Amino acid sequence: MQPILKVRELTKIYGKGCPSCLDNTGAKANTNICPDCGTVVAMQRVSFDLYPGEILGIMGESGSGKSTLVKCLYFDQSPTDGEAIFSDKGESENMFQLNAAQQRWLKNHRFGMVYQNPHAGLNFRVSAGGNIAERLLMSDILNYKQIRDCARNLLTRTEVLPERMDELPSNFSGGMQQRVQIARALATDPPLLFLDEVTTGLDLSVQAKILDLIMEIQQQLQVAMIVVTHDLGVIRLLASRTLVMKYGQVVETGLTDQVLEDPQHAYTQQLVASAL
Amino acid sequence: MLDLKPQQIPTSSTTDDSPSDVILQVRELTKNFTLHEQNNKVLPGVKRISFTVKSGKLTALTGSSGAGKSSLLKCIYRTYLTENGEISYLTAAGNWLNLATASEYEILHLRRNEISFVTQFLHCLPRQTTLDVVAKPLFDLGCERTEAKDRATMLLQKMQVPERLWKISPATFSGGEKQRVNLARGMVLRPRLLLLDEPTASLDGDTSQSVIELIQSIKQTGTGILAIFHDPELIAVLADDVVTVESS
Repeated sequence: MQPILKVRELTKIYGKGCPSCLDNTGAKANTNICPDCGTVVAMQRVSFDLYPGEILGIMGESGSGKSTLVKCLYFDQSPTDGEAIFSDKGESENMFQLNAAQQRWLKNHRFGMVYQNPHAGLNFRVSAGGNIAERLLMSDILNYKQIRDCARNLLTRTEVLPERMDELPSNFSGGMQQRVQIARALATDPPLLFLDEVTTGLDLSVQAKILDLIMEIQQQLQVAMIVVTHDLGVIRLLASRTLVMKYGQVVETGLTDQVLEDPQHAYTQQLVASAL
Repeated sequence: MLDLKPQQIPTSSTTDDSPSDVILQVRELTKNFTLHEQNNKVLPGVKRISFTVKSGKLTALTGSSGAGKSSLLKCIYRTYLTENGEISYLTAAGNWLNLATASEYEILHLRRNEISFVTQFLHCLPRQTTLDVVAKPLFDLGCERTEAKDRATMLLQKMQVPERLWKISPATFSGGEKQRVNLARGMVLRPRLLLLDEPTASLDGDTSQSVIELIQSIKQTGTGILAIFHDPELIAVLADDVVTVESS
């Protein structure tokens, strides 16, 4: 089987950079600011493969570069260096070699993103249904009835009352906004979904329902997902494999139960020992 | 459609010189834990253990608490990384694979299809019914829902888990009930290799007897079993081979 996503040596720096930036920063150096030139190295030389239908967990503390990673892959930011190959329906695309229009096409048709903050993922000036319609319109579904039906189905699947599809997202609770975001992300049946701290900040019962929904989607639709979180419980529940990041570097990868029960790197051991 | 019949055990010997009914061969397995938090202190786990598991037979692991029996099972299942030594496993496809060095994808594939691990403690979500917990490995394989639930029902019956408990979560069950649910889940796949960590530890005489009968019937389907036991009587009844693990 071919990986759906192949990421190699992905790097993102903020600042002018110098030749020794990458070697001066990272987990060993215990900083992500280059002491020579003051450049911030948000993420450096990250490589991994993701297979169809697989959930990959990315964990690490704030500032470890985990969100930078998914934002680069979703074209929200552009990486400084490195490549990512997306393979789908027998075709492979070198993601960062594409022009802006091609990148937008991939983003709208083949990828889905759910942000921690619903304001980043939803348009608050249009209704919940309108948010889903937006994505459908971008992927060339133009029939009004078809769009309404599709939005209703998606909202039902994500357990948002379809009767409320014409309300603005600001009328909804945080958990519901998150469900609308998930419905919007799923609108184009994407084979690849990015989830950035989707349950952080929600109360426990809502968290549980969102996680159940994500598991159900994975089982039924076989969507590949990259789940970014600092919550070990979410990782244990969802991910089959996990990457651990610190100061922009991947310090450990492995099967999730192995990373949590037999962590090899000093930082992972500290992280696991900090669990409540 | 998923084939729930016992998987075929290849009888023709491969290029390897092991006897054809051996499905797991552990050689000189060693595992230590390095604790970075405590000045890189090294804790010994398992020291140079060697043994085999044959299809349709049960190899029992015994030894005092803390000798590394559970660590050994976890190394085979890759919950722990093996430091040294070899864990050769004969896959359903007929190839020998070293589980200590196999890729993560190979291990995930085996866990889904061929190797089950029944741990001492049942981990489950407090909002999942017992039936779903037991049928989960089949759901993951894409097995049809009712078919998966039928098989789960059959196992729960055999394990003498009362029917009134099937629709509620095992989170609130007694130790013995949880353990039987855990066993049922481990056996639902009809694995080629079954790892059991003290399967009868918190069971009374009667239920323990039904578990023994079930283990015997699983052996007859060709599953190779590696189990930790403390009770010499159980070992006498169930084990074909005994390996004593000594503290390293």
